[in-house]
Amino acid sequence: MSILVDKNTRLIVQGGTGTEGLFHTTQMVAYGTNVVGGVTPGKGGEWMLEGKLPVFDSVKTAREATDANATIIFVPARFAPDAMFEAADAGIPLIVCITEGVAVQDMMRVRNYLDQKKVRLIGPNCPGLLTPGEAKVGIIPGNIAIPGNIGVVSRSGTLTYEVLYAMKNLGMGASTCVGIGGDPVNGTNFLDVLEMFEHDPKTEKVIMIGEIGGNEEEKAAQYIGNKMTKPVAGFIAGQTAPAGKRMGHAGAIIEAGAGTAADKIKALEAAGVKVAKHPEEIPTLL
Amino acid sequence: MKLHEYQSKTIFSKYGIPIPKGRVAATAQEAKQIAEELGSRVVIKAQVLVGGRGKAGGVKLAKDPAEAEQLAAQILGMEIKGLPVRKVLVDEASAIDQEIYFSITNDRAAKKPVMIASAAGGIDIEEVAAKTPEKIIKSHIDPLLGLREYQARDVAVAMDLPREYMKDFVKIAMGLWEVYKATDATLAEINPLVITKDKKMVALDGKMMIDDSALFRQPDLNEMRDTDEDDPAEIEARKYGLSFIKLDGNIGCMVNGAGLAMTSMDVIKLFGGEPANFLDIGGGAGAEKVAAAMRIILTDPNVKAVLFNIFGGITRCDEVAKGILVAMDEVKPKVPMVVRLVGTNAEEGRKLLENANMITAETLADAARKSVEAAKKGK
Repeated sequence: MSILVDKNTRLIVQGGTGTEGLFHTTQMVAYGTNVVGGVTPGKGGEWMLEGKLPVFDSVKTAREATDANATIIFVPARFAPDAMFEAADAGIPLIVCITEGVAVQDMMRVRNYLDQKKVRLIGPNCPGLLTPGEAKVGIIPGNIAIPGNIGVVSRSGTLTYEVLYAMKNLGMGASTCVGIGGDPVNGTNFLDVLEMFEHDPKTEKVIMIGEIGGNEEEKAAQYIGNKMTKPVAGFIAGQTAPAGKRMGHAGAIIEAGAGTAADKIKALEAAGVKVAKHPEEIPTLL
Repeated sequence: MKLHEYQSKTIFSKYGIPIPKGRVAATAQEAKQIAEELGSRVVIKAQVLVGGRGKAGGVKLAKDPAEAEQLAAQILGMEIKGLPVRKVLVDEASAIDQEIYFSITNDRAAKKPVMIASAAGGIDIEEVAAKTPEKIIKSHIDPLLGLREYQARDVAVAMDLPREYMKDFVKIAMGLWEVYKATDATLAEINPLVITKDKKMVALDGKMMIDDSALFRQPDLNEMRDTDEDDPAEIEARKYGLSFIKLDGNIGCMVNGAGLAMTSMDVIKLFGGEPANFLDIGGGAGAEKVAAAMRIILTDPNVKAVLFNIFGGITRCDEVAKGILVAMDEVKPKVPMVVRLVGTNAEEGRKLLENANMITAETLADAARKSVEAAKKGK
């Protein structure tokens, strides 16, 4: 067991024939992920990865031919909303969108539409999912994590890699790592993933990596304090960030004093979460 | 991206929201001429991208063109919160009966746009929200359905707007919704929306913020960007698609990923150093982008050491190493550099940098510690 993706995942790749998409599709296949096809409009009928993967014109035809149950999106930001709508309409229950820089108003439309269809979206602007030893649906380097009993959830990309790598160096493995993405409007938040980890028998402990902006960490803290039985350790990035400046992630902005690192750390500590001073320290707190 | 008041109001007007007659001026002479054309009392308003202009003395009433010239000269010489006033808006003065607050913005928690209104307009709305939250009316908008007129009517009723203004208000609300949608705004705000003594509803002030991620489909707005108030290094970084913010410390940072970039700053501080900047080269950065990033960091004379923290995923460490080498060849930096490469193609990257005379580090903590030491020696 694990959450969201495992050996039974049948993945298609939207935008897998572009430079980045192709690189990461190759990596996912090499990792052992069950990738069953690609979707690139206009290239239906062709094959990719030296004839190993069939390419389809649409998600609908790909799903009909492969019985895919998950999709990963690499298409550029201006086309990503359409790709998400298309996947949802084709009946794919899990969408992972790696694309960075999707317009906020587009994301609000996508999120509300997907909620109506009960489709689970991870991202956008995220590193995706990794269930070590089973499936990699995203861009997290496979060799930095080993299988284990720690669930990892994070808003950041490369910061998550730091933590997985630090865990591996201590011989600690992950059940599943979920990168929920740094955008202000995304598909899945901390609370959703913490609930999944709480109910996953393979996950015994949880690491949560947050950052400044918004109030998702505070909401998560409430859940941890009230409902969660598994121990949680965490880290909040942006303790030294000046207010009002956008720190790269569209979500990482401190507006009018709300969403500061200090507030989030206080809320998490009050809920019994051990908060690390730097990322490499996190695994040692569990 | 923020828009000036005069830019926001011009957009409002295009979507049928009434605004006062007026124009923007860059000199006192121009301000006088506009006042003459308007032939009435005018308000001279500093156009700077910060709040609290009124309190700072950047908004003044002039009874005639001569006074308009004099006050414009005064305001154009001002600095408000460190920003020089380069333009003033000269608007026909209105006789005000009531001031309303009205805006449409993104509620990230609800994942929906939200309409915010208050009969207690004209002043700092955050203060109203803190002291008298019952005076703030919020109504979410379904992003798939759009704003419906009944929702605007409900808001009017909730803030006890005199019924004779219901129709005007609904028209303005629908107009602002169209503005918000058409411009990819993250905030479209009218404060105050006034009822004048001659019974008209007018958007006296306007403020807009535009989603930077949507600028690809907003070429007209992109041209409105006022770069006067941006740091030149930040403008240069934007050209290369780099996310850069200048800070006051002496350790330059180049990192891939926003979260890791913020964390690298935090860890530098944890070990007693001060970061000189936030810089995220983004995912999948190639050599050219990396070289540009390095040039930008090194133009800051405060920088006494540079920390490269690259955890390759979508970004390949060998590409980053190539960029570092290109930039070193070009800039010939004299400050010590600490480099840490982990992840995708890290081995290839390290090999490329073997002879580059850089300090290497294994962990982030180690890298931060070494850069703090190097910066201290460099002083």
